[in-house]
Amino acid sequence: MRATTYLGKDLVGLEPLDPRQIIAILDTAEAFKEISERPIKKVPVLRGKTIVNLFFEPSTRTRISFEFAEKRLSADTVNVAASGSSVQKGETLVDTARNLEAMRIDMVVIRHSSSGAAQFLAERIPSNVINAGDGRHEHPTQALLDMLTIRDHLGRLEGVRVCIVGDILHSRVARSNIWGLKKLGAEVAVCGPRTLLPADVADLGVHVFTRVEEAIEWAEVLNVLRLQLERMQAGYIPSLREYNRIFGITRERVERAPRDLLILHPGPMNRGVEIDSDVADGPHSVILQQVTNGVAVRMAVLYLLAGGAPETAEAAKQGGGE
Amino acid sequence: MNPRPILLKGGRVIDPSQGIDDIRDVLLVEGAVAGVDREISPPEGTEVLRVDGLVVCPGLIDVHVHLREPGGEHKETIATGARAAAAGGFTAVCAMPNTDPPIDDPAAVGFVFAEGVRAGAARVFPVGAISVGLKGERLTEVGEMVDAGAVAITDDGRPVSDAGLMRLALEYAQTFGIPVATHSEELSLSRGGSMNEGLVSSRLGLTGIPCIAEEAMIARDLLLAEYTGGRLHIQHVSTRRGVAMIREAKARGVAVTAEATPHHFTLTDEAVEGYRTNAKMNPPLRTAADVEAVREGIADGTLDTIATDHAPHHYDEKEQAFDDAPFGIVGLETALGLAITELVDRGVISLPQLVERMSCAPARAFRLPGGTLRVGSPADVTVFDPSAEWIVDPSRFLSKSRNTPFGGWRLRGLPRYTLVGGRIVWSAAEGGR
Repeated sequence: MRATTYLGKDLVGLEPLDPRQIIAILDTAEAFKEISERPIKKVPVLRGKTIVNLFFEPSTRTRISFEFAEKRLSADTVNVAASGSSVQKGETLVDTARNLEAMRIDMVVIRHSSSGAAQFLAERIPSNVINAGDGRHEHPTQALLDMLTIRDHLGRLEGVRVCIVGDILHSRVARSNIWGLKKLGAEVAVCGPRTLLPADVADLGVHVFTRVEEAIEWAEVLNVLRLQLERMQAGYIPSLREYNRIFGITRERVERAPRDLLILHPGPMNRGVEIDSDVADGPHSVILQQVTNGVAVRMAVLYLLAGGAPETAEAAKQGGGE
Repeated sequence: MNPRPILLKGGRVIDPSQGIDDIRDVLLVEGAVAGVDREISPPEGTEVLRVDGLVVCPGLIDVHVHLREPGGEHKETIATGARAAAAGGFTAVCAMPNTDPPIDDPAAVGFVFAEGVRAGAARVFPVGAISVGLKGERLTEVGEMVDAGAVAITDDGRPVSDAGLMRLALEYAQTFGIPVATHSEELSLSRGGSMNEGLVSSRLGLTGIPCIAEEAMIARDLLLAEYTGGRLHIQHVSTRRGVAMIREAKARGVAVTAEATPHHFTLTDEAVEGYRTNAKMNPPLRTAADVEAVREGIADGTLDTIATDHAPHHYDEKEQAFDDAPFGIVGLETALGLAITELVDRGVISLPQLVERMSCAPARAFRLPGGTLRVGSPADVTVFDPSAEWIVDPSRFLSKSRNTPFGGWRLRGLPRYTLVGGRIVWSAAEGGR
């Protein structure tokens, strides 16, 4: 087994972390933001480390963000996508993992359609495992970048009222945000049609709104989730048009809010469905800053899981060489 | 050839069918019970087994097992399943028909029956399918299957979604006096689910199977049984409302019997935590309130039968992401220990009630020989030590599969001898654990 790091061996989710660990990731990310602003965006923090990006589900943003984070820290990376690999030939998850492990890798970033897949892998290989989204369970780095973005703008997380709007039932982003935000003292609410809220959702310690107007009345921050077309086909909502009419974040609704809202969206957006273009592109939107912060957060997670300490992050990124 | 007579001497004989709970000797001659009395002097040539401190009872019967043959021989065969049953103290099991191909005609029933006899361990009673190919469309040749040895019909594993077909099954089966056993699940409410719907499924991000999926179907089947007068056997009841509805139906006089499994009276959905695929079964593990209700149902006889739903799977089938792993766990070799540890030791039921739920009631429900030590009945006897402690070690199971959530558990209650037709088919001394 590897030496235990500040975060433990793996980052499977935010539920098992304590507040101190989450703050350490955010603070480390804060220090690492600057690397991406340099003309030469590379520091030798992970030189010689081998990282496999194992994506069993299609992903553009998250995969590229991880890859940039890895490369800017000088790690050697390999991307494995499910299509065109042995996975498509029926190889099991455990066999894929063991084969990669046999090539002596250091870390695996995994995206998988089954809840629990990241933990499954983490329990079976000695490499550090980072969950890049497992089914409907967790997507910890997304929630961390959301939290960093909120902190950037409001200067705090404690006491901030964040409402997650949309398909909570199928959302790993929602679950990770709920755990992370609550651990740092934020108030969390969810809002969506009852068909897209999980069973006993209030028992997760969140407020529940069924009308988006009430949510906007309450919230300082809206995190607007993508509504997947399949949900309509499966009958959870009657039509995208109706969804937009009743739950869509429109300019009228945002302007009627009692205070300035901060609008987040994990992407990719369905413009005109869960969010209108003039909101997404408007003054309240911090959607592109989320993307920028994503790279810093992932660098922080990689650095900490490789054994780095939060307090030496500043020093680590200064070193041009050994 | 008949074995030589056996005298079980000095044990605590518990036979609820005759109201016996006393120190008695039990004499078995030519495959039948020849006497239950104080101080029987053995005829010449009798093998005398001292069973002081042990319980001697009518052989345990499990009316719900999956032996996987034909088609799933890598998980279990009729022979290995029958031996696992004997090692668990069972003298008879009822084999479910959801094999590949399914047991839906007299030839297939005959195959299961013959393989059971050939195994020479616990008796294997075949259960035939309700519908051809388990497709839920039209009735099988129930009469011919009964002639070939089927003791009940069920589409277990797949609910009978078509209420009209279920009505026909409950009516048609009356001709032969057999029960219709049901896996009660409304698929339109459970589709895609892999665990109980509730807070734990919401946290883990797994699709839930709500209690209502089971209860809606139990309600329908109870009404159909009441309407048709057919004999309904509800398998693996897991929910509080399910227990309550069966209790009410029994009070109304509906001809219904019902099972509880050891896992449903022992574990809650929190056992899934960590995505443990050996806690994945259908119906799923429910909440503490449901476990409590199942225990109450066992205590008051609403759930008259304890059955395992023994569902062997090869280890690499369970070694997958939770959604991808199959439903079910093995149960034959842990059932008695769990029933004593979780029910008797906790004061839910007495030992005589345990024998009633695991032997007498299942024999009555499926009209099987056994379930009694009356003179002349088959010499199917279980001898167990109610206070022996042991630790569950799945690697020592006689079953081909090891998919149990109870590995490492410390249990009380261990079978010592399993006798079928007056022959010792398993003994702790030889089988070892």
